[in-house]
Amino acid sequence: MTTKFTKEHEWAKLEGDTVTVGITDYAAHQLGDVVFVELPAKGSKLQKDKVFGTIESVKTVSDLYSPVTGEVVAVNDNLENNPALVNEEPMGAGWICKVKMANPSEFDQLLSEADYKKICD
Amino acid sequence: MNKTPLCAVHEKSGARMVDFAGWYMPVQYTSIIEEHNAVRTNSGLFDLFHMGEFWLSGPDAMKNIQKICCQDSEALSDRQIAYTPMCRPDGTIVDDLLIYRWSPEKFLLVVNASNMKKDFDWIKSQLEGNVELVDKSSETGLIAIQGPNAEAILQKLTRQRLKAIKFYWFTSGKVAGIDCIISRTGYTGEDGFELYYPAEHSEKLWNALLEAGKDVGIKPIGLGARDTLRLEARLMLYGNDINDETTPIEANLNWTVKFAKGPFTGSEVMKKQKDQGVTKTLVGFELGKGPAARHGYPIMKDGKKVGEVTSGTMAPTLQKNIGLGYVPPALSAIGSTFDIEIRGKNYPATVIETPFYTRARS
Repeated sequence: MTTKFTKEHEWAKLEGDTVTVGITDYAAHQLGDVVFVELPAKGSKLQKDKVFGTIESVKTVSDLYSPVTGEVVAVNDNLENNPALVNEEPMGAGWICKVKMANPSEFDQLLSEADYKKICD
Repeated sequence: MNKTPLCAVHEKSGARMVDFAGWYMPVQYTSIIEEHNAVRTNSGLFDLFHMGEFWLSGPDAMKNIQKICCQDSEALSDRQIAYTPMCRPDGTIVDDLLIYRWSPEKFLLVVNASNMKKDFDWIKSQLEGNVELVDKSSETGLIAIQGPNAEAILQKLTRQRLKAIKFYWFTSGKVAGIDCIISRTGYTGEDGFELYYPAEHSEKLWNALLEAGKDVGIKPIGLGARDTLRLEARLMLYGNDINDETTPIEANLNWTVKFAKGPFTGSEVMKKQKDQGVTKTLVGFELGKGPAARHGYPIMKDGKKVGEVTSGTMAPTLQKNIGLGYVPPALSAIGSTFDIEIRGKNYPATVIETPFYTRARS
């Protein structure tokens, strides 16, 4: 399983033709305590690089950008009652949604971990 | 950007620093929620060097302070403090500040960092007679220790009997060997103290307080938690809840406006508002689960914009979304409902009692 990244600080983990999407450790740390995640609706269509939701910390509101184009096949309902999961495990239990890709080649265009890390430094 | 004498200490401790009103200040050290809870249940330390300290003195000091501020300083005792708005003739608020009465001829005024120059110029332009205004902000440090354990921690460092200092009173004395004004005040809704001292001793005082509170788990607190703490206690933030276009009557600060003392700047307009009513009034509301209300979000009723949110947050102690905003008086009664428009969607809100949070007093 490969994980890739966007310059907007999302990660995408590939499983078949579906990616799991979340925000990176770096982004979660920068945001601080997450208090609300506006999740996309299951079945909704996401466009690569377009806003698909928002994430709020105590202090700020940030947009979420989709790393790929496709259909939302699952959302992390646990975030409704426990948005702090995004801080605790941004790359694990704090995932946001799963997207079935319309065009799997889009995944290859995302940033490698090494290239993403350069952005954060 | 202006820096506090503790800037390096904050950076070294890993604080995230931001620009606040032209000041390079810590917004959080670890987590806003952790810091918020530390102040509610234990103790927290705030570097507030950015606040402004003006001294007003002279035989006509009392006459002038009575004219420019809404509170009644004649009614204060020496070493007592009052929170007051300072208004223009049209009743709009120049700033909200603390008046420290040393004597009828000597007052310390503590003003907001964001308004320092505006306040100084305004006060200066209003003064009459034999009185002098001096800005000591750059040489005056201010550290606040807040929370239920604040008194016990501070008592370790001073021979002044802290129990004897009542809420909104002050004394002067040494803390960790440093000459301080010890003031039982704060901006958190908790018990606590604010210490004013010569700024060159900042590191010594900060470290002494951290050390004295170490065994109970004192934490340094950033501006992020300062904001959630003050909002739960419904303490005003100038620039958000009150500003150049609002009056104390509209902001429901009537308790600070002492008409009985005789005319003062803005009193005529405020009296009229009090007697005849206002067109907007500041209320506290709660929102259901979901996104938080934020400064500037529209308040809607039946599809029409009727007001604006001035402050809003997820309240860590109350575990719900709260906010303040101006609405027409018809929507101000407890239980009134309206919507907050958040990113194009309406979310129902209900007017509730404020302060949202009140500490249990012994």
